[in-house]
Amino acid sequence: MDAFRYSRADGVAQAVQAGAKSSTAQLGATVRFVAGGTNLVDLMKLNVERPQDVVDINGLPLDKIETLPNGGLRVGALVRNSDLAYDATVQRDYAVLSQALLSGASPQLRNMATTGGNLVQRTRCVYFRDTAHACNKRQPGSGCSAIGGYNRMMAILGTSDKCIASNPSDMNVALTALEATVQIQGPKGERSVPIHELYLLPGQTPERETILEPGDLIISVTLPPVAEGTKSVYLKLRDRAAYEFALASAAVVVNVHGGSIRHVRVALGGVGTRPWRSFEAERALEGKAPEPALFRHAAEAALRDAKPSSENGFKVELSKRCLVRTLTMATRTT
Amino acid sequence: MPNDFKTPEEQGHDRLNDRSSKVAASSKGINKEQETLFGRVSRRSFLTNLVAAGGAAGVVATAPPLLAATAAAEPAAEQAAKVPGAIPITLRVNGKEHRLEIEPRVTLLDCLRENLDLPGTKKGCDHGQCGACTVHVNGRRVNSCLSFAMMHGNDEITTVEGLGQPGNLHPMQAAFVEHDGYQCGYCTSGQIMSAVALLKEPCGPSDDDVKHGMYGNICRCGAYPNIVAAVQAVRRQQA
Repeated sequence: MDAFRYSRADGVAQAVQAGAKSSTAQLGATVRFVAGGTNLVDLMKLNVERPQDVVDINGLPLDKIETLPNGGLRVGALVRNSDLAYDATVQRDYAVLSQALLSGASPQLRNMATTGGNLVQRTRCVYFRDTAHACNKRQPGSGCSAIGGYNRMMAILGTSDKCIASNPSDMNVALTALEATVQIQGPKGERSVPIHELYLLPGQTPERETILEPGDLIISVTLPPVAEGTKSVYLKLRDRAAYEFALASAAVVVNVHGGSIRHVRVALGGVGTRPWRSFEAERALEGKAPEPALFRHAAEAALRDAKPSSENGFKVELSKRCLVRTLTMATRTT
Repeated sequence: MPNDFKTPEEQGHDRLNDRSSKVAASSKGINKEQETLFGRVSRRSFLTNLVAAGGAAGVVATAPPLLAATAAAEPAAEQAAKVPGAIPITLRVNGKEHRLEIEPRVTLLDCLRENLDLPGTKKGCDHGQCGACTVHVNGRRVNSCLSFAMMHGNDEITTVEGLGQPGNLHPMQAAFVEHDGYQCGYCTSGQIMSAVALLKEPCGPSDDDVKHGMYGNICRCGAYPNIVAAVQAVRRQQA
């Protein structure tokens, strides 16, 4: 690990000012914020992240979960994953979020990891994490070792000929299905971004992962209020029963009324280069009566544009079945 | 551990250990300060003093340079070498304050082991994937390998050394011994720290629930059934 300067931010404004000095907010950033450290310290040990300045933001007043006047929920960026997962309001009204969080990492990691940090968690691609290998994310133009290499855990949706790295987070998939918005404090003030606009597709520039600019500090995530009768479920499929990233996962938020689907949101994990909001599945489901054939039809629509690589073709069918199972669980009346 | 919990075989083994440590101590002039919490000479301090005393024919000549270097140094404790880029930090560990000067990139794990002479916490994977490095920060279990020591100036840190002592074991430590919850022992301190924290977290009543609550600690020896038994025994005691 390279040596770096360590400092503690006294307030959000000071943190933003410190972060604004960074050359970029993407990989290669010279200034990084540290909260839980579970991703940053990991990547610094691998020399994938090499900031010159690390700004500790743990002292900032961003650790509350607040019910909003409109019935929604605002989650501070420094709320630990475990606290968020066990929050009574989250478990009652946003169950998919609690289920997603508890399916990820380990109890120890969940006690350290924060909402803000989890949002910008990096891919687990073995070549990204090993500086001995060519990686277009780490070094634009050097090539993608995963294409034609070990790519079992990598994406089948949103890929390009430059990068197939999957986004590994569970929380982000749940937040996407919940249509969360992300509040960012930057050098030019505060803005709010729908979560599915936070992430960029790799395209020809896989080194650019989010819309964040130098100085941008995620300060909170806001969840919209849920309508009466809404159910939400997260299902994660993987080789082991625990302590592993998803091969395929699905987050479903659904409201069935009078025998038909009144409101539905679908997001897929483990298969996308970013948390994958499936508008295709939603269009297939809206207004229809919930039943197995419909779910299968929606899953086919969701994975229609899937482009598997040499070792992850199985994910196409796995992801479909995962979505079908999740929809079944979410619409079960017994 | 009081003698009445031990088999005759174990008691005999203890007597052997006591005898050999007394021999070692007297012949090498090791004083009280080099004894560990267990009142015995540890491998670490024994080897350090072996070279310092210039004793044991053949050992000094073949000792690697690293050992020779540490021979002159005192036990780590608060003696941080003057390192460029080191900055001061005060850490509260097991109820005691320690003033250190360390580089920012020192992880909490390395700080505990190397700077504070608390090697009970182990380095397994160093990447948050095994749980061997589990300690408590403000009463919650965390992986100390993925945190910088610098980040913990305002925190209460507890390591396995602070959990209990021989003769005054934490119930979880006693349960691990009683239920044989370890083989090589390397994951054990992390398992125990994790299990103690689990007692204060939501967890269902079954063995499967305990396994789920403990999945962040892996054991290559496969002592899982006995680990679960130990945890369940403490939960029953405390119910």
